[in-house]
Amino acid sequence: MTVEFMVNDKPVRVDAPEGTRLLWVLRERLHLTGTKYGCGVAQCGACMVHVDGGPAFSCQVPIETLRGKSVTTIEGLSPDGRHPVQRAWLAERVPQCGYCQSGQIMNAAALLARNPRPTRDEIVEHMSANICRCGTYQRIVRAIERASREG
Amino acid sequence: METTRREFMVGAAGLTFAFLLPGCAPVARKDGTATLATSTGNAPAFNPWVSIATDGTIYIQSPAVEMGQGSLTSLPLIVAEELDADWSKVRVVPAPPDDKLYGNPGFGGTMLTAGSNTVRSYFQPLRVFGAQVRRVLLENAARRWGVPTSELTTEPGVVVHEKSGRRLTYGAIAAFAEIPAKAPEIKPEELKKPQAFRLIGKDVLRVDLPGKVDGTARYSIDVEVPGMLYGTILRAPVEESAPVDVDDAAARAIPGVMRVVRLPFGVGVIADTPWAAFAAKDALRITWDRKAPGWGFDSDEAIERYAAAARDLGTPGKPWAAAGDVQAAFEQAKTVLEGEYRCDYAYHAQMEPLNSTAAVSPSGEACEIWVGSQSQTIAVAAVAKTLEIPTDKVRLHDTLLGGSFGRRGHRDEEFVVDSVLLSKEVRRPVKLMWTREDDVRNGRFRPMSAHFLRAGLDQSGRITAWHHRLACDWVLPYMDPVRYRGLRENDVIAVAGTEVASYGIPNRLAEQLGQKTGMRTSPLRGIGFVANKFATEAFLDEIAERRRMDPIALRLELLENLPRGEAVVHAVLEMSDYRRPRPGRGVGLAFVDYSNTMVAGVAEVSVDRASGVIRVHRFWCAIDPGIAVQPDNIVAQTESSIVYGLGLALTERISIKDGMVQQSNFYDYRVPRLRDVPEMHVKLMPTAGPPTGVGQMATPLVAPAIAAAVRAATGARLRHAPFLPERVLVAMRA
Repeated sequence: MTVEFMVNDKPVRVDAPEGTRLLWVLRERLHLTGTKYGCGVAQCGACMVHVDGGPAFSCQVPIETLRGKSVTTIEGLSPDGRHPVQRAWLAERVPQCGYCQSGQIMNAAALLARNPRPTRDEIVEHMSANICRCGTYQRIVRAIERASREG
Repeated sequence: METTRREFMVGAAGLTFAFLLPGCAPVARKDGTATLATSTGNAPAFNPWVSIATDGTIYIQSPAVEMGQGSLTSLPLIVAEELDADWSKVRVVPAPPDDKLYGNPGFGGTMLTAGSNTVRSYFQPLRVFGAQVRRVLLENAARRWGVPTSELTTEPGVVVHEKSGRRLTYGAIAAFAEIPAKAPEIKPEELKKPQAFRLIGKDVLRVDLPGKVDGTARYSIDVEVPGMLYGTILRAPVEESAPVDVDDAAARAIPGVMRVVRLPFGVGVIADTPWAAFAAKDALRITWDRKAPGWGFDSDEAIERYAAAARDLGTPGKPWAAAGDVQAAFEQAKTVLEGEYRCDYAYHAQMEPLNSTAAVSPSGEACEIWVGSQSQTIAVAAVAKTLEIPTDKVRLHDTLLGGSFGRRGHRDEEFVVDSVLLSKEVRRPVKLMWTREDDVRNGRFRPMSAHFLRAGLDQSGRITAWHHRLACDWVLPYMDPVRYRGLRENDVIAVAGTEVASYGIPNRLAEQLGQKTGMRTSPLRGIGFVANKFATEAFLDEIAERRRMDPIALRLELLENLPRGEAVVHAVLEMSDYRRPRPGRGVGLAFVDYSNTMVAGVAEVSVDRASGVIRVHRFWCAIDPGIAVQPDNIVAQTESSIVYGLGLALTERISIKDGMVQQSNFYDYRVPRLRDVPEMHVKLMPTAGPPTGVGQMATPLVAPAIAAAVRAATGARLRHAPFLPERVLVAMRA
């Protein structure tokens, strides 16, 4: 089947079987490999993108549900990698292996878009959807607080 | 080859000239930090450590792979320090697979990034290599100016003759430099004094970080090669099993499936899309032979056997870390105390499931691979062996690793071989991916262990004898038989951490009762230290209680001849305000001397008495790693080690029934999430000695510190990690 939708503000046309998950289309058809495969079952958040501005586990999104919708990946979060969340992530030296960080950043950006001044508890609750096996969690909280502060 | 810029290089093999391809210098960052360059295009086809372009760009080879620990940056930084390079002009280039040039002295000269043994073992040689390049620059400038070398000094990237006020940049010197055939000798006293360090001890931005916030960092799973197909393999659930009956009709019917490949250890699928490859693997119906030794294995039953073996003093184990006369000391002891502890299998759960891309040439006589392995050269050797071709016919493109924690350093490199076997079938590039379920079910685990400890005390209560009997699956003979033989058949991965030398106990013996189970095992972050220090530290707490002594006082008594150890204990007591009463909560302390890195930790916990769930509220850690090469990264690694230890202590458990792993994914193998993580405070206490390793040292602190804190909060004695709620409830009732 063919599905048309927007990815990072550009229209795309994807031909894949019904039920094919957005994650693999992004990675292996659209060459947007910043979005990662971690678990395939919405448990780790490495695959997180925005669909119409909200956070989504791309490993769970069938492409046929995307008709007319708009997807943003880490590659499209900002034109130059200078989104406040990305800047805060570097300032707080968050990444270690880095594999989960696209998903963390996308989820954090979605949080701040909806709630620019989250409390610490709100950050913890929201970001507990994402696993970081390197355990960078404390720095993730600091980076989100910094991004919220510095905007 | 068209060459426009003259280069010069210094390497272990001596000094030589080289040229860079034109137009390949990466754009410098504006914030004055070094950047990562890809190996292709930037470096010439031979193997030096340093090359300097006439524009002043300095390329430094890094022999370590990057899996999150930061040594891809730290190693070139050490070279740059002695070279007195301008860090903003440094480009880090991953070194090609060549043990002779780049092998880790800490692993017998193998390129292996493991064991928190990278900065530790490369530190001194890399300083010398850096100093040699600087010396050559000085000598060339001296010749040009007709002044003695002794009158010259350097500032970052510049040779200076103070008397005449003349200056020459390293790039300018590179344009006329003559390189001696033999590298100049650098005496240890000619290396920089620590007070003169400009880079070591000052935080720089890790070269891999910018790509890790904008999606451009490249892991092996991101590789795309023209004409590439996708591969999956359904591996036998039990090691050494083979497929007997294969029903692949449903798999073959899936559009896009091109080939179903029967392998000695499983069945592979090759497809033109990843979704077809995954679906086809799920559609395979396979009967496995039941000849493999692991069938029938049940971890709940087995741990009882391990415990019995550990207790059975009539059966000697393989000795390790023996000192003094243990038998005589126990005979003379006034009191003998005993303790038993257990740890379950644990899984690495690196975020990037195992994968590799291979392109076997049409003739089958050459192969390219794209992979993140902890050893570039072991990966190449495994591919060469699989294809029965020389190693120089294997071209490695190494990538960042999305975590590893010991999983990708096995001698057989099975996930790399997987991709080679499938590519060999079709003679096209194949990206082989394990699903998370494959990664769990075919995981290689931290061994299950039972520990029986005995301590002999004299009249005054001092510990005079120590005996640790460790019953666990063998690890090193399985994961790396070559290294096992090289270490005179000591299973160091399993037994490490049974030593108690730093506690000054005069008579001591550890014994390994290796269990042949057919289970797959692996080093896992903290290796034997995690289980063995849990047993050691928990037993010390029991000894202290029996002596009616404060456990801290006991530690300090044992550490009286180890000032660095005492210092971290005192520091963490102060940080945590240890003696402060905390209603409803308990605190506990642990100390570990890990490869001469001193760490002490305090956990503050509460326990939900109805459910048995432990909540760790805060964790304090003091760490002395010798010289701190990258201070903030050491703090980050320590936070990381604590979180890893938290999962192993509380929730992470692999169980085996009939030889098969019972867990599948993150819903039944529970690793820490943000909401589980305590507030962490890390105090870095560098000392003047050489760097001693930082990648995993705090992990072994966590379980014993939590166990002590739970004892303080509830009176429950936890002897079996992880401390699952049901185990805590049982312990509270006891």
